[in-house]
Amino acid sequence: MADTETAARLVAFGMRPKALPGRDPDYAELVRRYREDDEFRDTVQRIASGLGLVVLAVDPAPGIVLAATEGSVFEIRMDTYARRTALTNRAADKVLHGIAHLAVAALAFPRPDDLGDDSYVGRVSVELVDGAVREACRVLNERAAGPADPESDAPQLEEVWRVWLRRPEATATKDGRTGESTTRGIVGKALRFLADQGFLVPVGAEGAYRTTPRYQVQVRELAAQRAFDELLSLNVLPVGAAAGSLVAEPAGAFDTGPTPEGGPGTTAHPVSEFEQEEGAVSGEPAPGDPGTSPSVVAHQVSDNAQQDAPEAPAPAPAPAPATGSDGPDV
Amino acid sequence: MSTISPDEGVARRLKALACTAPLHDLDARKGRLEWDAAGYQMAEIGLQAIDQVTLAMDFDHGADHAEIVRRLLPFVAAQAPHAPRAEHARVAQWVIDNLVNVGSIDRGFAVEYGSTDAQGRYQRRRFDFKLLVEVAAADGGVYLRASDEAINVLVGALDTDVESAQEAAETKLETLIVRGRLGDARLAAEQARYRTVQYAESLRRKLEATRRDVRSVDWLDAVPQLLDEALTHIEARYRAETVIKANIADARDEAVEPERRRQAAELVEVVDDCIQRHTQLQARLQEAGAAFRAEQDRQQFSGKPKRASVDVFGQLLRPALGLTVGAADDPVTAYFAAGTGVWSPSVPSLGGLVETLLTPPTDRDPFGAEVPEPELAPQPRERFGEQAWQLVDAVLPVPGQGPVRLSEALARSREAGADLPQLVALRALHAVGTAIGTARTQGDPSVLIAVDDGAVLDDPEFGGADLLLAVAGVEGERRVPGDG
Repeated sequence: MADTETAARLVAFGMRPKALPGRDPDYAELVRRYREDDEFRDTVQRIASGLGLVVLAVDPAPGIVLAATEGSVFEIRMDTYARRTALTNRAADKVLHGIAHLAVAALAFPRPDDLGDDSYVGRVSVELVDGAVREACRVLNERAAGPADPESDAPQLEEVWRVWLRRPEATATKDGRTGESTTRGIVGKALRFLADQGFLVPVGAEGAYRTTPRYQVQVRELAAQRAFDELLSLNVLPVGAAAGSLVAEPAGAFDTGPTPEGGPGTTAHPVSEFEQEEGAVSGEPAPGDPGTSPSVVAHQVSDNAQQDAPEAPAPAPAPAPATGSDGPDV
Repeated sequence: MSTISPDEGVARRLKALACTAPLHDLDARKGRLEWDAAGYQMAEIGLQAIDQVTLAMDFDHGADHAEIVRRLLPFVAAQAPHAPRAEHARVAQWVIDNLVNVGSIDRGFAVEYGSTDAQGRYQRRRFDFKLLVEVAAADGGVYLRASDEAINVLVGALDTDVESAQEAAETKLETLIVRGRLGDARLAAEQARYRTVQYAESLRRKLEATRRDVRSVDWLDAVPQLLDEALTHIEARYRAETVIKANIADARDEAVEPERRRQAAELVEVVDDCIQRHTQLQARLQEAGAAFRAEQDRQQFSGKPKRASVDVFGQLLRPALGLTVGAADDPVTAYFAAGTGVWSPSVPSLGGLVETLLTPPTDRDPFGAEVPEPELAPQPRERFGEQAWQLVDAVLPVPGQGPVRLSEALARSREAGADLPQLVALRALHAVGTAIGTARTQGDPSVLIAVDDGAVLDDPEFGGADLLLAVAGVEGERRVPGDG
């Protein structure tokens, strides 16, 4: 029973965003024990699982990194996060907030390598993030062919980059702060929120932040994977290049339009079809496939996280919005 | 927007037309303002505002908001010279706010137009555009920039290539100079300058992207090529403008007609400004290579990945940006839920609640905070008291009275008090150099003046000239007859 209490204490440490094993010898001891004592590890995972949490990683640098399962009381909902936006453009606003979070991770870990390298520390700022997204939108704008303007009566069919590009980056307000609905306001909110969650640490006076190991684990082991699966199910994933994340690709290197039917809209992704079937059917990550695709390897990474938690629910119950027609049963 | 347009040209013209709508709208809405704005030509002020922003924005910054209002004032004032200055500022501010479209969430304008798609189906589309854009600067301030649409509306060259438009403007300029039509030449020179600004703007974006992330720009081929083109462009422009400048300078020196001379001189200024802008642009282009190398070092290129993971930018962010709003909702919400960590629900504790409720509210003093005791510096004691001044007044001449000798005044004052002669002497000396201008501005009816007529003062305490003291009236305010 004493062990249960100790194990619960480790889980409790994971819910304190700012607690770190480096600062607390007690915490460090619990982390060490988790890594060495299989029984203790099992108890911790059971407690977490019972609370609706998944242990993503336990490591001396980030400490214990937890994630909430879907529907758990610990889950952060977008509706709560973006509740202050006007009702009229709620859908677009939610997407913009999500994009901001995605962009923060993209700029914090510009290369796949940065995400994989435990010693890597990324630096982000509002200006950097908004600037990079704007630039990406501008490139998409240049590439957009055909009738460029969105249809007026179907806001849902407008591309996200148009919405971002149209938003002002800053507005002059009376008190000199950035307007909340501007892109910089949205990115700023994301950065402050992540800092509160212990994922970023402010450095310097100019609104710059550096990443924490905890953020790296969270993005690598779970968040990127979830988004990856979702995008995979929409058939819009380009082939990942190991070296370059955002080198200007020749136009048409990837297809951005969701292709509801038929083959993957990407250039030949050797396993994308297979991946999609897996995602659509079982919602379970594929068993370690010796594929070369980053997606597969990434799956393996999350597999590791799962092996840590044999009886915990899968961290990614992968809602997998069924693309429907394709994906024959396995 | 009722015409069906199978041809893209119509759509393009409709869009061009739409860009002018906010300007017309200014005049249409001025009647609905709470204050009387009927006397102002708002569209005209709007165009001036776009002009001023375009001219004031440079390579790094936009134009300062307050500065633009200030620059607009003369134009506004010209339309209603008798209105108070505050109203001019208000009109300028209103116009700028409306060109930014303050109040809308996107701070821009949208117009609907129809077009037929490949299947011949008529579709309504929305064209979004902006005229003045607010941008954040590195110092945290918000500046104004004119959008491409605005610059195009302004120059009237819709949907044209930047470079070729500049060529055209300059050819026109040269012809005009040859024909001696300087007024038109000035207009063309200004157009050339707008083009220059526009060109600098598009280059600035490229360089900024490089600074943000070297990999977002193709440094192997595209950028060097771009830099080459830009440098060639600047070289050509520089040469052309120097020639033009020499031509106008000649025209200016040869011109006999003063009006013509003035026009030529103004033109020289405009061309000078163009040359300066090109030089600025060129300096940036030269720094670009160094910026790239510095960024490359900073952004730390390294070898093959040690552990393959997802490429967040290329595989997640960019595809997500390319999705429609409806389709992007699932992936980004999934990312958000997974990427923001764990939320600790706050549990209200009864103890805390009771304490909060029982805490008496802090009283607020209706009179506000205590006024701090001001620290007063001790005032130096006056050398001569009020009484001494009165006694001295008695011995000095008064308006309407004839002049008095200094020796006489000293003798009389000495009878009244021992230290009075000193004050008399000082006032007499001060009267030698009386400042009439000061007296007039202060509204003094008369001043004491002292004149040296050559007599020598014979006094036990003081020496020098025995001045003649008299009171003189000050003209302009109130006339007091004085005999000085």
